[in-house]
Parts: sequence; structure tokens; C-alpha cells
Amino acid sequence: MNIVVLVKQVPDTYGERTLREDGRIDRERGTPALDEIDERALEVALRLRETAGGEVTVLTMGPPEAVVALRKALAMGADRAVHVCDEALAGSDALQTAAVLAAAVRATAAPGAATFDLVVAGNESTDGRTAAVPAMLAERLGLPQLTFLGSVAVDAGIVTGLRITPEGTTELCAALPAVISVTEGSAQPRFPNFKGIMSARSKPLTTLTLADLADHGLVEAEAGGANSWSLVCTVTARPARAGGTVISDDGTGGSRIAAFLAAANLI
Amino acid sequence: MGRILVLAEHNTGTLDTVTRELLAAAARLGEPAVVLLTGPGAGPALAGQLAGWGVTDVYLAESTYAGTRLTTPAVAALEAAVRLARAAGAEVSGVLIAGTIDGREVAARLCVRLTAGLISDAVDARLRDGVIVATVPVLGGAYTVEAVAKGLAVVTVRPHSIVADGIPGSVPDRDVPGGTVTAPIRLEIDAELERGRGAEIVAVHPRPASGIRPGLTEASVVVSGGRGLGSDEGFGLAGDLADLFGGAVGASRAAVEAGLCEPGLQVGQTGATVTPELYIALGISGAIQHRAGMQGAGTIIAVNKDADAPIFAVADFGVVGDVFTVVPQLIEAVVAHRAAAG
Ligand SMILES: Cc1cc2nc3c(=O)[nH]c(=O)nc-3n(C[C@H](O)[C@H](O)[C@H](O)COP(=O)(O)OP(=O)(O)OC[C@H]3O[C@@H](n4cnc5c(N)ncnc54)[C@H](O)[C@@H]3O)c2cc1C
Repeated sequence: MNIVVLVKQVPDTYGERTLREDGRIDRERGTPALDEIDERALEVALRLRETAGGEVTVLTMGPPEAVVALRKALAMGADRAVHVCDEALAGSDALQTAAVLAAAVRATAAPGAATFDLVVAGNESTDGRTAAVPAMLAERLGLPQLTFLGSVAVDAGIVTGLRITPEGTTELCAALPAVISVTEGSAQPRFPNFKGIMSARSKPLTTLTLADLADHGLVEAEAGGANSWSLVCTVTARPARAGGTVISDDGTGGSRIAAFLAAANLI
Repeated sequence: MGRILVLAEHNTGTLDTVTRELLAAAARLGEPAVVLLTGPGAGPALAGQLAGWGVTDVYLAESTYAGTRLTTPAVAALEAAVRLARAAGAEVSGVLIAGTIDGREVAARLCVRLTAGLISDAVDARLRDGVIVATVPVLGGAYTVEAVAKGLAVVTVRPHSIVADGIPGSVPDRDVPGGTVTAPIRLEIDAELERGRGAEIVAVHPRPASGIRPGLTEASVVVSGGRGLGSDEGFGLAGDLADLFGGAVGASRAAVEAGLCEPGLQVGQTGATVTPELYIALGISGAIQHRAGMQGAGTIIAVNKDADAPIFAVADFGVVGDVFTVVPQLIEAVVAHRAAAG
């Protein structure tokens, strides 16, 4: 079974993340990292490969620096990586991103390359959190989407999974090929070991430009922030919260909280 | 003014309140019409409920696939309604969908079909110079942006964020003048769904209601427990305190990972974003990813035995101490205060 895993380089969540005036995440600030949820998506894919065989391809669309995220994914155990990298893509919205990824997924299935049976993504990126791309990609590829899965299994060409939402759990199934996305609870990602890091250097890493994707159904003129279908017009930062009173419990801590709440009319 | 289509949310034969919130937003943006997707035969009763809210225009798709295929039946219904409205000469300027996980994915697929701009997780939407402008909190509410779409705007609206007053639909079961529903316009979607682009729903297990507790994102008080509560039993302390305030229980990711509670309770960057009047953090260090989900709370109280815990940097009142002594005393003091206040 051949699996494509979508990964994204995001600002590390342990740092302060800032928004620029145009509403884009400031990627100059904050250390970039492979989104943790995508590490889980890759882990799910690697485990599926262990039982079903085949290849795992990691795919990202992003600036040149995003190659770091791909290297990490290769070190974790992915077989090959595809990087869609083109200046003209900067500022693309979800709809445009999904169009590019769909073309790239098709490109990985081009003659001479491996075909794909399953696309695996994280349920939502830690920066955008719109959870739109997996569903949009499925629509573009004309495939079913099984998203927000806490667990996944593939057997005899059928993918099944448990969708976890605040409303409850839903058992889903579909015939392959399909697009799935996984939640935080799906898998604990492995750490790349020394052998993985060494072998990552010799694994194939292909870079594709917009022009390369033109044969796979992508209209170049539609890419990039200037052509995006949704745009941000104003950005307002929430004022930083100032810390209040902190006391040490001297045996009256609980009562002091109650007094504070009473004074604030919160009881 | 353009047509605004609202996807009705309903459950076991009753419309959800979020449908009314969407209608309230829609009424400010243009001429609302409702798209209703139900199983066979269930449409007229729900259309009747909508009429009671003053809704005059309903597009109804009754399909055996409703509830048995993920996402695609609603996408097909909305797409059919948009095309029908356009064919009748209307300009469809917006589609409003509840910002649940299901709703967000319906919106996503619909945007691809209609080549429309997606605005996700809006807490408000207004018309400015004839353009739909949505207010969207991002990065856990650290920023608020205003967003617009080119052409048709497909907007998912965060439940409980729109106040449904002053609009048709705000008054339950009242006969609004001229508000008798015309017969719903029927949409045929089965033929398309037959071709199958939707995953099959094999079984649904709704989350059991957590007794009397309100939902995490709608509660005015949230008491969250962290790894510091140590055990299931310890985690019960958060529940005890929450119940005293009629509040909801939340958790840190470490508490979820330790199995102290179910994943749905997680507050933070990859969990729920909450903005209650009062947020109480018990045994939570206050990692940046946790703070991302609760910094918009009105008042924050923290109890942690580590004086250097980052949670104290955002707390209005903090106690450095052991939750197992501080919280029982707090509960007693609140009970005593209320008794004294009569
Ligand atoms: C991509 C990503 C996303 C994340 N998303 C989230 C998220 O959505 N939500 C979230 O919460 N975290 C999230 N995290 C995890 C986050 O970094 C922290 O690990 C987590 O919030 C820690 O939870 P905690 O405060 O309960 O545990 P700890 O950090 O272990 O803190 C426990 C605290 O309890 C205190 N304590 C212990 N015993 C007692 C006692 N008897 N009385 C009083 N205090 C006591 C300790 O002093 C300590 O401060 C995310 C991390 C990553 C990388």
C-alpha cells in the first residue's frame, strides 16, 4: 500500500507566535518545526506500512526552509519526500493549497512513480486550525474523506476508522483510495534514531514548482496570495494579560480565593 | 441584497439553537433561506419548526444518505440549492454553516465545488459596503482578524457566539407576519450521492450528556484539572468545584494523556478555546499551548504548588499551594458565603 502523508512546517508552539499585518503567520519569528500533528500522521502511516508494505511519501507545500520538516520525516522513516516550492505560492489560502496538493498527489502517482492508495494528514494544523485542507483535498481528488480519526485500520482494500468529535464517536469506512486525517490521540510519534537520520540523507527528495504541476491539473495563474479566495483585511492583537495577585498558602488559601471571587461578584 | 443560505442543524427531530444563531447572522447579511437535509419523510416537520421561527424560504433535500454518508450529502444539498437559487436569478452572496467539525468539512468541500472563499470559525459577521466581513479569532484568540471572501463567502460560525435577538427567529414559535412558510423547494441529491464520494457512516455513538454540566465552550465557569491532580479521584476535585458553580470541567493535555479524563475536555491550542467569565486552573503548569485556549477568560484563578508555574503570569488571583488542601477549603468557603448571603 502506498501512502502519501501531508506535512507542514509551522512555528514551534513552544515559542510566541505572531501574526503580521496581512494576517499571515510571521514565519521569520519563532522557530519553525514539523507540526506535531503531522508527526502523528506519519507515525500512523509508518505503522500501516509495517503491516501492509508499500511506500510512504511525505509531501509538503512550503518555503525552501520547509525542507527541514521533510528531512525530519525522512529520518523518522518515510521513504521519499516531495516538496512543492515556488515563490508564487506565498500567501495561498486553503482552497489554493488544496489545489496544489491535489496536483502534487497526482504527480506522485504519475507514470514511473509509485501510485497512492491513501493520503494521511493531521486533523488540523496547529497554526491555522481550520481543518479544511484534508476535506478540500478529498473533494479535489474525488475521494471520500475519513477525518478526525483516533484509530485507523486498513484491510482488504477497505479503510476503517473511529472519528472523534466533541459530539461523540462515529465509525467510518470507505474503499481505497481515500483521504484520512488523524487526531492527537491517534499515535505517539517515534523519535528519529541515528540510523534513520543517516539513511535520510540518501532518500529521494523531489522539488516541484508550479510549472511542474501544470500537467496535473493546476492552473498557475490561480496561485498565491494575490489570487486567494479569502483575505484578511484587519488584524488586532489582544492586549497582553497582566498577572494579578499571587499568594502562598498559609492555611487560608482556599478562603482567600473565595473572598476574591466574592469581591468580584463571581460567587 | 444577496441571498444567504443557512444549513440547518438538527438532531432527533428538533432544530439546534445554532440554526437560530446562523439565521440571526444571515438576517444581517442579506435575505436568509434555509437548506434542510433530512432522512426520508422527516422534512415537513422540521420545515414547520422553521416556519414557526419566521423562516419563509426552505430548500429541502430528503435523502437516504443523510446520516449514512459523511459530509457529502450536506455538500450536495447546499450545492444544489446554490445552483437553483442562481438559476432563479438570485445572487447568492453567503453560505453560513455551524462551525462544528462536521460543519467545517461541509464548508471545505463546498468551497471546492463552487470555487468560493472559506472563512472559518467566525464569531461575528456584518455587511460593510455591501461586503460580508467576518470576525475571526486566530492563534487561540491572541489576535482577531476581519476576513472577506472574493465572490461567494462560505462562512462557518462558532456556535454560541452570535446573539440571536432582534431578528426573525429570535422569538420561538411566534407567527411572524407574512412568515408562513411557502412549500419547501425540493432538492434531488441522491443520484449524485449514488456515485459515492462520501465515507460510509457505519455507526454513531453520541457522547453521553455529562449530567447537568454545560458544554465546555458555552459554560460561564470552567474548572480545569491538570496532571497535578494526579489520579482519577484527584481529578474529581475539578468536577466538585465545577458543580458548585454550575460550570464545565476542562483539562490540560497532560491530564488527558494520563487518562484522568476524556480527550473532549482538553483546553488549549489543540483542544477547546474557552472564554468563560471565570476559569479556575488546578494543578496546571500553564504551558503556552494550554494558555492559548484560556487566556480570553474574564477572570483566571490558579492553584499550583510551584510558585514559578507560568500559569501565575496570567492569573488574576493565584495560590501557591497544594490543591488537595486549598480546593476543599475553597468549596467550604463558597458554600458558607452563599449560606450567609441567604
Ligand atoms: C503541539 C502541541 C500542542 C499542545 N496542545 C495542548 C493543549 O491543547 N492543551 C494543553 O493543556 N496542553 C497542550 N500541549 C502540552 C503542553 O505543552 C503541556 O505539556 C501541558 O499543558 C502540561 O499539562 P499540565 O500543566 O497538566 O502538566 P504539567 O506541566 O506536568 O504540570 C502539572 C502541574 O501541577 C502542579 N502540581 C502537582 N501536584 C500538585 C498539587 N498537589 N497541588 C498543586 N499543584 C500541583 C505542578 O507544580 C505542575 O505545575 C501541547 C503541546 C504541543 C507540543
